[in-house]
Amino acid sequence: MKQKISLPRRNLAGSPGRTAVLVLLTALLTMTVLGGTLIVSGLRKGLRSLEGRLGADVMVVPYEATTQSKLEDIVLQGSTGYFYMDRKLCDKITAREGVGQVSVQLFLASTSSGCCSIPVQIIGFDPETDFTVSPWIRQKRSEPLGAGDIVVGNDLNAFVGDTLTFYGVECHVAAKLDKTGTRFDTAVFTNLDTIRMLIQSSIDRKMNDFQKLNPDGVVSCVLINPADGYSAEEVVNDINLHVKKVRAIRTKEMISGVSDSLSGIASVTGILIAAVWVLVIIILLLVFTMSVNERKREFAVLRVIGASRGAAARCVLQEALTVGLLGGAAGIGIGLLVVLPFNSLIEETLGLPFLLPGGGRIALLSGAALLLAAIVSAAASALSAYRISRLDPAVILRGDAS
Amino acid sequence: MRLTAEGISKEYLRENAAAGTNRFCAVRETSLTLEPGTVTVLTGRSGSGKTTLLHMLGGLSEPGSGRVLLGDTDLYALPDKQRSALRNREFGIIPQGQTALHSLTAAENILLPCYLSGEKPDLAFAEELMQRLDISALRDARPAALSGGELRRVAIARALIRRPSVILADEPTGDLDDENTKTVFGLLKETAEAGAAVLIVTHETDAAQYADRQYRMQSGALTEPDAP
Repeated sequence: MKQKISLPRRNLAGSPGRTAVLVLLTALLTMTVLGGTLIVSGLRKGLRSLEGRLGADVMVVPYEATTQSKLEDIVLQGSTGYFYMDRKLCDKITAREGVGQVSVQLFLASTSSGCCSIPVQIIGFDPETDFTVSPWIRQKRSEPLGAGDIVVGNDLNAFVGDTLTFYGVECHVAAKLDKTGTRFDTAVFTNLDTIRMLIQSSIDRKMNDFQKLNPDGVVSCVLINPADGYSAEEVVNDINLHVKKVRAIRTKEMISGVSDSLSGIASVTGILIAAVWVLVIIILLLVFTMSVNERKREFAVLRVIGASRGAAARCVLQEALTVGLLGGAAGIGIGLLVVLPFNSLIEETLGLPFLLPGGGRIALLSGAALLLAAIVSAAASALSAYRISRLDPAVILRGDAS
Repeated sequence: MRLTAEGISKEYLRENAAAGTNRFCAVRETSLTLEPGTVTVLTGRSGSGKTTLLHMLGGLSEPGSGRVLLGDTDLYALPDKQRSALRNREFGIIPQGQTALHSLTAAENILLPCYLSGEKPDLAFAEELMQRLDISALRDARPAALSGGELRRVAIARALIRRPSVILADEPTGDLDDENTKTVFGLLKETAEAGAAVLIVTHETDAAQYADRQYRMQSGALTEPDAP
């Protein structure tokens, strides 16, 4: 015989089927709320990271790159690809009014054939003029990159000191970048000399679409920050009007497209969460009401042996709170198990920059989801608890007696 | 402790398809005193108001008029929380029918008033009660596994576990055989002799031999059996 028992816990254990259904429902609610919030937060963070990483207000690319409608895929979503324009066009662009900082980049896509260790987008930048990539490479490596040195994105299975081969050229991994949640996580960075060497090698091996290309005379894109007193829009309009065969784009326009998609996803997620909420609250309300109705006589007995109205109501609320906490914990566990290990798959499926929040924020969101599960369960049982507190034990016990 | 009912009465509203809602007088103005150390037996036909009177005496149903005093304390002048605590401490009520909580074992049902009060249960006394009522072998059984008579004895042990000063028993031997009926009446008599005021509502004629006072309830009015 025990000295002490917890009646709410014993009541829950006494009806394992009903308790399991209630816990499952609250787990579903918590999982949806946490999973949905993590995905939307991850997308928002990915987008902010991308904005920070793009680093230039204006991007100028060969006109055919925009007509192939792959520019956005390459710039924002990490697809591999490349395009080139004459380096002389760069001089024309630099000479335009309103153009401030200028730097060029060269792209090359490695393949999955025997020539290359891994299929990735290789981005060559000019360390002398670069203002977009260098600042965050410097966070990992202070010395300049030498010939054959590369910096790899966080998602690539390569580490400092490794050697990767691209088109037969052995490259030395000099640094590995932090996770950004953008296409840069699967890219390889190097200086212009090294990428020209790689492009030449790809041409020599007849594995480049541009067989008559002179790597020294081309660039893939020109990145520009407007001079003081000029807006990005003015620079874009001026270049598009006066420089042929190229297309100037405001990088924020590209990102705004992603932002629109993100808003759509956030809205759909919000609606989904709201729908699950309403459904779960209605079901919880019904189940708690039915369960308390079934046990009216038991609550009347509790009143007979000295439980106050408040104590009887607290018993119902504690049962609901326990269900909420158990379901909430289960929901958090399942939600994290789904989102954390599969964040790369989510990124791939959504085709948008995705960067999971840090551990502290995940813990905070999990705590909030748990609290929400407890509040929802308690709220759904509040009506039943109130009815139990108003119950007249004499009427219930009298039954057909008088 | 003495329990006194002073001019208590109770009316209910009854739904009637033909006549609509009408008032039904369950207990007419009644006065009654349960003295410590005595067994009072209350008999009467079904529907005569015995259970309603017992509920009013136990602080479970507020009378339409009059008052119920435990010693000098007016039960219905107390707020619910205090009245409930008083009921837990001073009253042992055996309601009609099956009243065990299904999620608890027989022993836990018996100890429930102690768990509610937060006070340390007297396990030895619980054991003694179970032995007296011949249910100690069933201590770990759930109510679903017990017979009506066994559940009845669990309810009786539960009512006695806190050694209350007032026992209100509504048909305590309803589901019991002759032998167990004698045991229960004997136990209630012993409890009275130890100082409790005991009221037994029953149809059993044998109860008379344990009674110090007897009443009969008829159409909501309390009369002594030998009254005209």
